[in-house]
Formats: sequence, C-alpha cells, structure tokens
Amino acid sequence: MNNKKLNLILLGLALVAPLVLYPVFLMKVLCFALFACAFNLLLGFSGLLSFGHAVFLGSGSYITGYLMLSVEGLTPEVAILAGVAVSAAIGFVYGKLAVKREGIYFAMVTLALAQLAFFFYLQAPFTGGEDGIQGIPRGKLFGVIDLSDNLVMYYFVLAVFIGGFALIYRTIHSPFGQVMKAIRENEPRAISLGYKVNQYKLLCFVISATLAGLAGSTKALVFQLASLTDVHWFMSGEVVLMTLLGGMGTIWGPVLGAGTIVTLQNALAAGPLGNYIHVIMGVVFVICVLAFRNGLVGELQKLVKRNF
Amino acid sequence: MFDINLFALFGQLLIGLINGSFYALLALGLAIIFGLLKVINFSQGALYMLGAFGAWMGLNYLGISYWWALFLVPLAVGAIGILCERFLIRPIANEDHLYSLLLTFGVALVLQGLFTHWYGSSGLPYAIPDELKGGFRLPFMYLPTYRAWIIVVSLAVCLGTWLLIEKTKLGAYLRAGTENPQLMQAFGINVPLIVTLTYGFGVALAGFAGVLAAPVYSVSPEMGSNILIVVFAIVVIGGMGSIGGAIATGLGMGVVEGLTKYFYPEASNTVIFLVMVLVLLTKPAGLFGKEA
Repeated sequence: MNNKKLNLILLGLALVAPLVLYPVFLMKVLCFALFACAFNLLLGFSGLLSFGHAVFLGSGSYITGYLMLSVEGLTPEVAILAGVAVSAAIGFVYGKLAVKREGIYFAMVTLALAQLAFFFYLQAPFTGGEDGIQGIPRGKLFGVIDLSDNLVMYYFVLAVFIGGFALIYRTIHSPFGQVMKAIRENEPRAISLGYKVNQYKLLCFVISATLAGLAGSTKALVFQLASLTDVHWFMSGEVVLMTLLGGMGTIWGPVLGAGTIVTLQNALAAGPLGNYIHVIMGVVFVICVLAFRNGLVGELQKLVKRNF
Repeated sequence: MFDINLFALFGQLLIGLINGSFYALLALGLAIIFGLLKVINFSQGALYMLGAFGAWMGLNYLGISYWWALFLVPLAVGAIGILCERFLIRPIANEDHLYSLLLTFGVALVLQGLFTHWYGSSGLPYAIPDELKGGFRLPFMYLPTYRAWIIVVSLAVCLGTWLLIEKTKLGAYLRAGTENPQLMQAFGINVPLIVTLTYGFGVALAGFAGVLAAPVYSVSPEMGSNILIVVFAIVVIGGMGSIGGAIATGLGMGVVEGLTKYFYPEASNTVIFLVMVLVLLTKPAGLFGKEA
C-alpha cells in the first residue's frame, strides 16, 4: 500500500514538474534515468558490469536520428522502434560474445566491443563523423500529435520512461528476475539446479540493451541531435556512476543517481568549475566506491530501517 | 598483391612493432597487478599519460634530461601508484573486484581531467634526445635510431621482468602469492608489502612506457585512455594467465595492426577488436588463458 501511495505521489510530481522546471532539463533527466535503469537491470540484478553500454544508447540515437532526417513523413514512434530494434540486435550479438567471459573480463570485453562500434560510427558515412546528426525533426506522433512543443514532448518522454520503467519492474519481479538474482548470488549453484545460466545472462543483456536503445532514441528526438558523445566510452562510465551513486540493485537508485548527476553537470557547466566536470565525476566515483557502496537509496533504506 | 611496396610495408611493420612494444609494456603491468591483486587497473592508461607528462614537465620546468627522466619518472609514477594502492585500493581489497575496477576508473578520470584542464587536449611536443637522433639506412627501409631504441629497450625491460618473476626468489614469492596469499602469509612473508611493491612496479612500467612514448607520440591527456582500451582487448585475447603470454600478445597485435594499416587502412583502428571477437568465438579463455 505504502509503495502504491509513493508511486502515485511521484507520478503527480512528474506531471506538474514542467510547470516549475525547464522541460528540456526534465527530459534529459528522464532519458538518462531510463538509461541508468536499463543498465541497473544488468549490473544490479545480475551482477554483470558492462563497460560499453553507451553503444546501445548511441545506436538507438543514431538510427532514430538518421531515419527521422532522411525518410520523409516518418512518424517518430516508427523511428524509435527502428532504433530500439537495432540496439536489441547489437545487444544480442555483443551479449553472445560477452557472456563467454565473467567478472572483470566481461567488463573489458564489453568496453572493447563498444570501442569497435565507436570507430564504426566515427567512420560510417551516415553519422556525420565528428559533427554528428544535427537538426533531427521531432515529427508528429502517430501522425497526429506535434512533438515540436517542449511541453508535449515532455509528456511523451514521461510516457516512454514509465513504460520502460514498468517493464524493468516487471522483469525484476518475475520468475526470470528471481533466477537472475540466484545467478548473481551463486552461479555454480544455479547451474547445478539446471538453469542454462548463459541464456539467462544473454536475455538480461538484450533487455538491458533494448531499453538503453529506447533511452537513446528518445534522447535523439529531445535534443534533435545524435553525436559521438553518445557512443563514447565516457558515456559508458557515466551510466555506471549514475547507477553506483543512486544505489545499484535498487529500483529507484538509478533514477535518483541520474537526476543527481544531470543536475550536477548542469550546475557545474554554468559555473566556474565547468572545466573540472570530469575531475569531479572521477572524485565522486572514488568516494562512492570507498565509502558509499550502497548508493543514495541504499543508505536511505538503511537509515529508515534503523530509525523506524 | 605482388606489387607490394616493400618500403611502405616495412615502415608500417616498424610502426606496428613500436605500438606493440607499448602494448606489451602496458599489458605486462596489468597482468602483474592482476596476478597478485586480482585488480584490473583502469588507471594504467592515465599513469602512462602521467609518465609522458612527467618527462615533458621534467624537461621544461626542471631541465631534467630524457635519460634521467627514463629513470626518475617511473620511480615517481610508481610512488604515486603505491600511495593509490595503500590508501584507495587496500581498503576495498575484500570487496567484489568490480569495485576496484570502478575505483581505478575514477582515478583515471581525475588524472585525465586535471591534465586536460591544465594543458588542453592538443598534444605537446617532446624532442628526441640528441644521442638518439638520426637513423640507419637499411637496404629495404630507413630505420630511425629512436624507434629502434624503443623496440630494443622495451623488449629488454619485458625480458628482464619475465626473468625477475620466473627465475628469482622475489619472483617466486610473487608467484606463490598469486597462487595462495594466505598460505604465504602463514610462512611469515609480508604479503601486504609484496602486494604494494607489485602494484608500484606494475604502474612504474606504465610510467616508463610513457617516457619512452613522449618523443614519438605527442604528449596529450587522451593518449592514455585510447591505448588502454586496446590493451584491454589484448589482455582478453592473450588471457592474463602468463606473463610471457601478455608480452607476446602485445607485440603480436602491434604487428597485426601495422600490417592492417598497410593492406586495409580503414580497419587499422578496429582490427585488434575484431581479433578479440574471433578469439572469443574460438578460444574463449584467451590464447594463453588457463581458466576453464
């Protein structure tokens, strides 16, 4: 009951938020929150650290952006679906390769594969190289609703986020999610119980990649831009940081982490510390790992448990 | 295929060997650290960058010559590494090893960010020392002295490290620690000290590679992260089971990259990653890997 109430309050807040805060900022938070939630499904609930998740974000954003710009009269939902499908396909191929190794090697394999994709996008003619794809039209949703207005776009992005978030929530609380947790906690045991561990890992990887692609596709429409930043290894690191800071393995952690990091970046970019963004992110990383491994949500939960 | 331009081919092979020397030095450092600490040091690339900047700063601010830099900078980088190990990595030594990967990633971000802020992202030049200027005219190619020096000296360092680990008492401790640190501690050997020194030595190798690289690549904050991702792929290809394997894979991949640059330049950035994919498909544990 309590949870339901909390969800309703949050939903209400999300609905009125654009009246108070700048919609584009909120949309950025939502896109990164979805990206981080997708990443958290993999790291937090199956213990697989992918250091190349930017590929899926960037692929979604490049494909959606390219289609919107080059196909006349294409509606945004089709372009998004195409971006998501490509991300899912790459997720399947990369996942197939990456689940062959474990732990630290898994992280290195995904990072290297992501770098492979980075060079592909850098050299491929349709991505515009260093300039990226600019001036992507937002188009009309289902051919009816014009998304060029920021407020309309915001509610669309909110709907996408809620859809993605609900899917992740369902996945975590499904029998599949329980098996994933079992694999995370004790892989040999899960194998001995007869679970085909690698297939579970692969499916989890694909779901995560798909939703990361959804975040990327939506992000391309929000900013009307798809660029190399989205596929750079730094972006892969950023999503790790969001998840770690918010609390990996918690439902709301990545959302809070993404909100915090995006807010921090916006605040820093305006001020005199703008040049130190990478340094500050690095310091936050170190502090999180040394003193704060449960993340914001994890620490909050501990606090609540201890006092109430 | 038959009108191969030997001059260009050998030129690319030489560049490949030089890149391979750096890959080998960095992969060797990673493998040594991983062996004992089970930590993948994500800051290895940043420390390599620090080595190159150390040489540049030494020359421009303190007038330290290349030769002294070659000796002093690895010591300094090693000392920084020891501090990192002692105060950052050791407190989380018992946690999941993914945390130490993330921690060193954070350290790398800080170092790269600071140097980008101080020196911008365009490269700084570092002159080749007078003693190593010039070159040899061979029948099939022109071999600049400095490039030959890189290959010779990094091979010597790799070989020396290999001998140190395989043939000396200290190396025996190191290998024993890799197998079973608890048992070694029970025999009265100071394992934490060995761990710290190993980490220091591993990152000193990166610093040394950085000094060697300063005159051939431009000294820039991003030089570390770019090479490190390639070295990660190399480590996946070779597996970190053997020191010799890390060295051989590093050099070999450099050569593969050089050959690709000659035959199909478009793929030269990606060929090592593609080799990694092939290895994962055929021999998932890596060429020299031991794990099941």
